[in-house]
Amino acid sequence: MEKQLALQMRGITKRFGGVIANKQVDLDVYRGEIMAVLGENGCGKTTLMNMIAGIYFPDEGKIFVDGREVVIRSPKDAFANGIGMIHQHFKLVDLFTAAENIVLGVKEKGKYNLKAVNARVAQIAEKYGFRIDPQKKIYDMSVSEKQTVEIIKVLYRGADILILDEPTAVLTPQEISRLFSVLRRMKEDGKSIIIITHKLNEVLEVSDRVAILRRGEHIATVETKDTNENELTEMMVGKKISLNINRTEPKNAAPRLFVKNLNLYDAEGVHVLRDVSFTACGGEILGIAGIAGSGQRELLESISGLQPAVTGEIIFHNPKKNKPVTFFHKSMKRVRELGAQNAFHDGKGNPVSFQGMRPGAVRKWVESGDVLFNEDEIINLRHRTPLQIRELGVRLSFVPEDRLGMGLVGSMGITDNMMLRSYRKGRAGFLDRKKPRALADEIIQDLEVSTPGVNTPVRRLSGGNVQKVLVGREIAFTPKVLMAAYPVRGLDINSSYTIYHLLNMQKENGVAVIFVGEDLDVLLELCDRILVINSGAVTGIVDARTATKEEIGLLMTKTDDARKEEAP
Amino acid sequence: MNIWLNFLIDSLAFGATFMYGSTGEILTEKAGHLNLGIPGIMCMGGAGGCLMLNLIGKSGLPPVLIVTAGILSALAMSMLMGLIYSFLTVTLRANQNVTGLALTTFGVGLMKVIMSKLDATVYLVGPKALYRWPFAGRQDSMQCLGVLFFLAIAVAIASSWVLYRTKVGLHLRAVGENPATADAVGINVSRYKYAATCIGSGIAGLGGFYYIIDYMASQEAYLSLEAFGWLSIALVIFALWRPHVTIIGSTVFGLLFSCSSYITNIDWIRVTMSTKPLLKMLPYVVTVLVLIISSIRNKRENQPPSSLGLSYFREDR
Amino acid sequence: MSQQSVKLHEPLVHLSKRDTIAPLKAWLIRLAAIVLGLVVCGLVAFVLIEKIQQKPEKIWDFYNAFIRGSFSTPRKLWKFLKNLSILLCIALGLTPAFRMRFWNIGGEGQTLVGVLGAIAVAFYAGDRLPSWALLTLMLLAALLAGAVWAVIPALFKAKWNTNETLFTLMMNYVATFLVSFFLEVWVTNGSGALPKLKQAKLPVVGGNDYLLIILVVLALDAALFVYMNFSKQGYEISVVGESVRTAQYVGINVRKVIIRTMILSGMLCGLTGYLIGAGLDQSITANSVGGQGFTAIMVAWLGKFNPIFMILTSGLIQLLNQGAAQISQDFNVSGALPEVIVGIILFFIIGSEFFINYQVHFRGCGKKTAKGGKAA
Repeated sequence: MEKQLALQMRGITKRFGGVIANKQVDLDVYRGEIMAVLGENGCGKTTLMNMIAGIYFPDEGKIFVDGREVVIRSPKDAFANGIGMIHQHFKLVDLFTAAENIVLGVKEKGKYNLKAVNARVAQIAEKYGFRIDPQKKIYDMSVSEKQTVEIIKVLYRGADILILDEPTAVLTPQEISRLFSVLRRMKEDGKSIIIITHKLNEVLEVSDRVAILRRGEHIATVETKDTNENELTEMMVGKKISLNINRTEPKNAAPRLFVKNLNLYDAEGVHVLRDVSFTACGGEILGIAGIAGSGQRELLESISGLQPAVTGEIIFHNPKKNKPVTFFHKSMKRVRELGAQNAFHDGKGNPVSFQGMRPGAVRKWVESGDVLFNEDEIINLRHRTPLQIRELGVRLSFVPEDRLGMGLVGSMGITDNMMLRSYRKGRAGFLDRKKPRALADEIIQDLEVSTPGVNTPVRRLSGGNVQKVLVGREIAFTPKVLMAAYPVRGLDINSSYTIYHLLNMQKENGVAVIFVGEDLDVLLELCDRILVINSGAVTGIVDARTATKEEIGLLMTKTDDARKEEAP
Repeated sequence: MNIWLNFLIDSLAFGATFMYGSTGEILTEKAGHLNLGIPGIMCMGGAGGCLMLNLIGKSGLPPVLIVTAGILSALAMSMLMGLIYSFLTVTLRANQNVTGLALTTFGVGLMKVIMSKLDATVYLVGPKALYRWPFAGRQDSMQCLGVLFFLAIAVAIASSWVLYRTKVGLHLRAVGENPATADAVGINVSRYKYAATCIGSGIAGLGGFYYIIDYMASQEAYLSLEAFGWLSIALVIFALWRPHVTIIGSTVFGLLFSCSSYITNIDWIRVTMSTKPLLKMLPYVVTVLVLIISSIRNKRENQPPSSLGLSYFREDR
Repeated sequence: MSQQSVKLHEPLVHLSKRDTIAPLKAWLIRLAAIVLGLVVCGLVAFVLIEKIQQKPEKIWDFYNAFIRGSFSTPRKLWKFLKNLSILLCIALGLTPAFRMRFWNIGGEGQTLVGVLGAIAVAFYAGDRLPSWALLTLMLLAALLAGAVWAVIPALFKAKWNTNETLFTLMMNYVATFLVSFFLEVWVTNGSGALPKLKQAKLPVVGGNDYLLIILVVLALDAALFVYMNFSKQGYEISVVGESVRTAQYVGINVRKVIIRTMILSGMLCGLTGYLIGAGLDQSITANSVGGQGFTAIMVAWLGKFNPIFMILTSGLIQLLNQGAAQISQDFNVSGALPEVIVGIILFFIIGSEFFINYQVHFRGCGKKTAKGGKAA
């Protein structure tokens, strides 16, 4: 079959400030093929595609459609040239129906007639095998339905070149296979399809050719049938990856956090956590693997008190046998009660009851460090707000996925961000910036954060530096439990290793580390145990030293029976 | 005429002022712009119309021409105000609240300066009767149901039709709900924002013109105009962003606002002078209640446009 | 297709957001905007003022009037400082709310009920209490009234996310008619004007009627600056304003902060009402605040919600107001001229912010890279 060129890019360069997102990229796409654009996070895949779709304008380079040079200034120009893009974050008007969204922006002759639109939508859906109700409002739709609307929207305006940005990230395995069969039908219909992805198995399954981008540059384009996972990975990351993450054997791993039968529903009433149970131990790293959006975020947020779970227990276990007593949260009344129960003893093992002593004297004695404590603290964290958890003396650190939207305040400097956790300390109504300032300096120095100054808004730092600031702050808090969601997402190799190192250090210090990751290689090399979550339910907990990638991949996509029952 | 019917018609006629104002504001808000400059725009609409009538009021031109010229002049002046607002908020992406308030300050001031220079015997006395066609000369409240009154109803209905029954309306609502989406499907967001703001301002400006030349038809009418601009913004909330509902809403507001003068004339309702301000307060209280109830019910269709008050910059992610 | 013709299709202007700008450059842009605005005001003067049309050289008197309006006599200077202080005080009240991204445009109403609270106490208890007790009670009533007026929208915002811009806007008019109502009740002779309540007057300090007000506002300005930048509550306000999710993440009770901040905001506006009621008017009309609640929004915004800058912006607006009033008087034109002139200058300052926040690249200079854009 004679292959016909649909799209050519020549010497495309795009800069954002001083950062080069794409450098001299050349790319060809043919009619009737599925091309995968493969690359790590932040390699410039999306930026490149956004230039074809008219979201950005290239600084240099030319674009040809059907051999004709074109200038794409806006999405409108892209449509005029038969190019349509399905963005990762859907661009739909929630308040409108599917049909209204589909017809939006289309220049058609004749009267505006929603009935005719509905009929045409149904026709397209039938042709390629979509399932859709044109009159359903977007805010009532599932993610997969919204994606269907996006694809039909592009087809409706007669696009011949379809770009899909990470289309499978949010879909279930069944939805993915349905999407792929739709894509194949479109290919047979002569459309050119470009899918942006970083998932190798999908590339091999669905694409005809693969273009690999690395650090903004086009590395190679290969025929899918002539390649394999190893070769692709090599091109993607540049060199053969032996991660070589240092992993020590857990020492004295002891249960620290028990999660029992946790259930959570989101605002729309969707069951997002189903009977989740596990134990995290101090001195080990527990990995959490799963397809994006399987409930990882909700799990961490409900543990940290941000999303109160409906049922279940979150038990924090703090063994304090023979540790010097501290008074960071106890009332004097509680201290006397504990004393009466023989909870305290001195260095020689004699019980200390504090009977008849004035509070000041008790405090002085305790603060000298000579009084030891042998009570195990069992604290249920469910139904506690983040502040209450802190006030109970539970040192729980959380590195959220959304660094600038949640973990840090983008417009504030490092010093002020350091205070986020600790500003309440002390009775005075005024802030103490001295200690946060010292901490900021320490983190900048120790973690090699590159920043113009401690007061430069963190928004202006690069992703890696932002993450170092965030993780640095959470560790400075000397946690007992450290939860990190996708802590290396979007980071370069060096920064990623810094983060792995920090997590390992915490593990050695006896902290229970919970690590939510997406890269299975990293999970397998960094963690001690891996919990696999799928549609909000735990599908397995495996030993990271013995488990294989396939085993985890299977657990990640295993269809849960409970879900099948609830599915409409 | 029956006092109650008189009262109702008067409220309708009075309400046409806000009908214009809020229909104009709805179009602007549907494009995502909270235009607090509406009072200033209505004032300048009034001033623009009167300025033209001051030139041709005694010229002996055909009545149709005089009426049309006045309307066009009011439109032009208020659209010019809308243009200032949209240039600042759309192109220069300035804060909408601040720009709107500055526009009101400017518009109200300039109107007072202009109106103080005009001659009421020219712009008002003669043209008044022309605008009150076909009911000119009647002594009851029917006299205010003139050309501009019927135009107000037509504009409100037409605006609803455009918003909810045409492609242009669909696009406009998309711009106000989610400009990034509208942009992505090739709708020219800035053009829609400009058009909606300018046309909306033009419509609102007619409200000011109507109030001065027809409803009040007095030399001092312009001094109380600003307050009705704010009332128009309240009416937008009351009408839940639907232009045709402003017809009912403006009548209700008109009833509430003018009932004080009617009720005191009826002996069996014992009202003292002091309750008058409380009655006039009612439209605002009712608006607040509507705002509260719609936020509690949280029905998606009754909320302010999602991007209301936010500037759109394509490269923001 | 030739390269030339393609080039022509490149976007004419391209915008990018600036991350930083040298403060000096920012102030120069603002200054240039004001100068441009004044030039346009001059043009408007040619159109509106007959005396200038006849003698164009009078235009210098026109500009000169901006200085004369505020500084030619000690009385004008005091008036300038007093007006600046009152306007600044309302703007200070709005600042905590704005920093929290709570668009409180109800400063007018909150100040007005402050005046109402103070005057109501003076009206009912004026004869029965010693002066110090009366003034204290008036202060408390003003603070309470302002706080209540501000906290109502805040409660609904915190509970149901009710749109606060529209809500606070409506509360202004409810306040206006509330005042009209009380005037109808209090004034029985039908004149609608409440005679001065002499006993409700703040003591004169330093021989000048206005000095006390000026000092109080100056102290408040400093206090608010410290509160916003150095107190824990001020820090919480900034965090909530930047990102509600971050605030929740670190355990800040967002609802509590919204309500607490709005109480503070309302109390400051109420205090302004007290200064107007007890310090200046000893009476009340529906127009006692006279739109300054709205002007204050612009003062706060132009001053970047920084209490120190806000002294300058408030001063600028007063300077224009009094200058334009001087012009009205000198050239015998409508008393509404100040509004026109303030409006024009504001347009230019508002517009100039664009050139501070964005960088404009014209076609042809496209090779120049934007300063620090966002990374991909």
